[in-house]
Amino acid sequence: MVRIDFNRLRFLVIDDNAHMRRILRTLLHGFGARDVYEAEDGAAGLEAFTHYIPDIVITDWAMPIFDGLELTQMIRQPGANANPYVAIIMLTGHSEKNRVTAARDAGITEFLAKPISAKGLYQRIVNVVANPRPFIKTKTYFGPDRRRSVNPAYVGPERRKGGKADVIRQASLMEKARVTSY
Amino acid sequence: MRSKQRPPPRDTAAVATYADHEVITPEHKLRKAVSDAPFDPSDDPVARAEKALESISGEFSSWMESECERLDKARATVLASGFGKANKEALFHAAHDIKGESATFGYPAVAAAADSLCRLIEFTPDPNRIPHTLVNQHVDAIRAIYREYARSDAVELATVLTLRLREVTDEFLVHENKARPDMLAIILGPPLAPDHA
Repeated sequence: MVRIDFNRLRFLVIDDNAHMRRILRTLLHGFGARDVYEAEDGAAGLEAFTHYIPDIVITDWAMPIFDGLELTQMIRQPGANANPYVAIIMLTGHSEKNRVTAARDAGITEFLAKPISAKGLYQRIVNVVANPRPFIKTKTYFGPDRRRSVNPAYVGPERRKGGKADVIRQASLMEKARVTSY
Repeated sequence: MRSKQRPPPRDTAAVATYADHEVITPEHKLRKAVSDAPFDPSDDPVARAEKALESISGEFSSWMESECERLDKARATVLASGFGKANKEALFHAAHDIKGESATFGYPAVAAAADSLCRLIEFTPDPNRIPHTLVNQHVDAIRAIYREYARSDAVELATVLTLRLREVTDEFLVHENKARPDMLAIILGPPLAPDHA
């Protein structure tokens, strides 16, 4: 089992709800983290991201000014900020399939459906630290590789041209959204 | 497509360029946090975090109370001034936060009623067509389930109440979205997270 030194990680928690920020801060401190910064909306979150250069961003989806999805798209701009590769964990009460797909396509690293659990949050942090995914850059997408499994029965056209990609097998974000403590 | 055992994460960046995409392996900056210390079964970070959460759980009831008050105020604004963009978002966010937080606060049976209210607001194409009675029934149900949570039959009553709310809401949503098959698939599809069912 991989052990993480949480006191070597800097977190940025972005959530408009003060109660949820307090819960996240409590959990992260419980894991052993010291550097935990907070922002209460997407705009303040982007500013804090630029200022503090966190290792891991934990963001809510539904927020005023601009939401967690828009924030993710702004961070995932190559060359536009100090770390477009930062790990982004989307923590949200949204649980519909189309929402998970939209979050994945915006470039999130991990998806965690509320209600939050210490185990679920811990496992996602361990995963982004110990199992970083390569990034894919196309005309329309920049973010972590969205392919997490191989479908041997797939017979359609190969959408990535010019080379075959290795696939790092992991549970899909859909599967992770189904089980909050996964 | 081939797959293979994953190599250890690289510490340095690498870019492989193909015809229409690049595969970028960023510098593995988070490696600094991977500990070499031997596993100590008596030092469980998840248990530590759960204990830390327990230490603030005495505040959860008042937090839930304040979330219900926020929902009540958002409801009053909508009933007085209509479903303008700001009013709609305020009511949705209040319900959405309760949906996501109530289980953490110790009131899991509240979440489904809040989820039903979220669906009602989110999936109605013209929110001004949402019957005020249905909004009231949801908000009153959420507050009542929370208020009566100490009752021995609270969860059972909440389940019955929420199922009925959900039935009425889905019936309304199906009618309002009858010309939008893509939305009907979302409305009638199962949720990904069973906890929210």
